[in-house]
Formats: sequence, C-alpha cells, structure tokens
Amino acid sequence: MLDSTLVGLHHEEEHHPELLHHFADAQQQRDSASLGMWIFLGTEVMFFGGLFCAYLIYRRWYFGDFGAASKSINAALGATNTAVLICSSLTVVLAVWAAQTARRSLLIGSLVITMLLGLTFLGIKGVEYKEKFDEHHVPGASFSFDHVPIPGHPDQYANPRHAQIFFSLYFIMTGLHALHMIIGLGLFAWLLFMAWKGRFTPEYHTPIEIGGLYWHFVDIVWIYLFPLLYLIDRHP
Amino acid sequence: MYFGIWAALLLGTFITYKVALIDLGRFNAAVALIIATIKALLVALFFMHIKGAHEKLLKLVVISTVFFLFILLILSMADYGTRTWS
Repeated sequence: MLDSTLVGLHHEEEHHPELLHHFADAQQQRDSASLGMWIFLGTEVMFFGGLFCAYLIYRRWYFGDFGAASKSINAALGATNTAVLICSSLTVVLAVWAAQTARRSLLIGSLVITMLLGLTFLGIKGVEYKEKFDEHHVPGASFSFDHVPIPGHPDQYANPRHAQIFFSLYFIMTGLHALHMIIGLGLFAWLLFMAWKGRFTPEYHTPIEIGGLYWHFVDIVWIYLFPLLYLIDRHP
Repeated sequence: MYFGIWAALLLGTFITYKVALIDLGRFNAAVALIIATIKALLVALFFMHIKGAHEKLLKLVVISTVFFLFILLILSMADYGTRTWS
C-alpha cells in the first residue's frame, strides 16, 4: 500500500532528480536561482555602496590629505591584485562553461586555479597591510602621518587627522572586500568538493553558476576600489 | 570570446594605471572611473551572462539596483557639493 502511494507521486513524465516539484520546469528553476542570487548581490551593492558614499564625501572634503595618504599605499601591488582578480573571473567563467559541456577535468582545474588566484590576492593584501602596519598608518593609538607633503603642493603638509580618516576607510573597505573573498574561497571549496564527486552535469550545474555570480561581484567591487583608493593623485 | 573580454579587462587595468601617472587635473578621477565602469559592465554583461539572459525580471533587478545606488551617491554628493557656507 505504501509502495503504490509513493509510486503515484511520480506518475508524470520522468524528470531530472534535481528538479524540485514547485517549479514548472528546469529552466524556471535555474532562472529563479539566478534571480535570487542577483537580489542578494543587490543587497551587497547597498552594503558596499554606503562605504563608497562615505569615501566620496570625505575625499571631496579633504582631497589633498587623501591624495597624500593614497600616494603612500602601494599602487603596483594594487594593480597586480586587480589583474589577479580579473584572471580569476576568467577561470570562473571557464568553470561554468566546462560544467555546461561536461568537461570534468577543465571544471575541476578551473575551480582550483580560481581558488589559487583568490589566495594570491589575499596574500598580496597581507603584504600591503604589513607595509601599512610598519609605517604606522594603521588608525589607532600608534598612528602617525607627520610631515607628509600634499601632492602638487610640496610646501603644505597633510593633516594627520584627515589622513587617518582615509586609512580607516581604506582598511574597512578593503577588509570587508577581503572578508567577501574569504567567504568566496569557502564557497568555491565546497563547489570543488561537489564537482569532484561528480554532482554537476550539463543539465544541473546551478551552484557553479550562482557561485560564479558571487565571485564576479567581488571582482567588480575591487575594480572600483582600486582606482578610488590607490590612484587619487599619482602624477609626479 | 571570454578570452577577448579578459584581454580587454587587463588592458583597461593597464591603461588606468598608466593614465593615473599623467596629470589631467580634475579629469584623472573621471577617466579612472569611466574605465572602471566599462570594466564592470564587461564583467556584468559577459561574465555574469546578463547579455543573453531571457528573464526580463532579472534585468529589472540589476537596473534598479544600479539606480538606487546612483540615488545614494549622486544626491549625497549634490547635497554636500552645493553647500556654499563651509
């Protein structure tokens, strides 16, 4: 009796086991997953947007001091990190394509390289933070920013209080971004595990697609962070 | 095709870095942000597959997100930018 009840639940045509019953078809399920991730990314845009707004206002108020502070952070490392993240976005997109075309080794290889690039990004960030720590540019009791000339006005020194505001924003914005990076690495570790176990097929690889959307978003945030924080006033 | 977008993104990064070393006065920030926006659009349209997405609600969500961000940034800057008394 129990058997016939259970059999009766699947009397329609066979469908992929991953298709949940409240969706009309697999395409709708994919679309709703994508839409859900995009709405979440919308909230993340607001999250970072508030910080960007604060940054823009203070930068307008204290442009010279921000320029002096910006000049002291390592733009070469920042540019390298931008290139690292762009390469990782490429490997993410290759991973999605590999899942769509059932290329298992390319899928796993792309996921691994994405994670390695993410770790490289965090490593370079760590080097930058260490530089700032050594130069006493970390906001707090040991912060010092004396006698640093404002770019373009060699006779004027930057106001240390305003420079400290820059560094507060620098550490909070890049720190929040790095936290998102770490979360992304955790997500991709899970995706790698599932891919290794063969869970993804051309019909079902939604976690890779929406994990990829998250990673691309983190890349886009950095694409804006880099010129705003590192390149305020770099001309000699 | 993905490799083309990737090359364009790297090129944009290189140009941003090099242009920052040239003195354009007030236009340094504008050029850097314009290039950054082009790069972000490339990632969003092609890597995140917005171009070619058939779900119109998705495009509405993306556009309204950007719209609300612009309200935050532009109105805040317009407020502070038009205060002539301090």
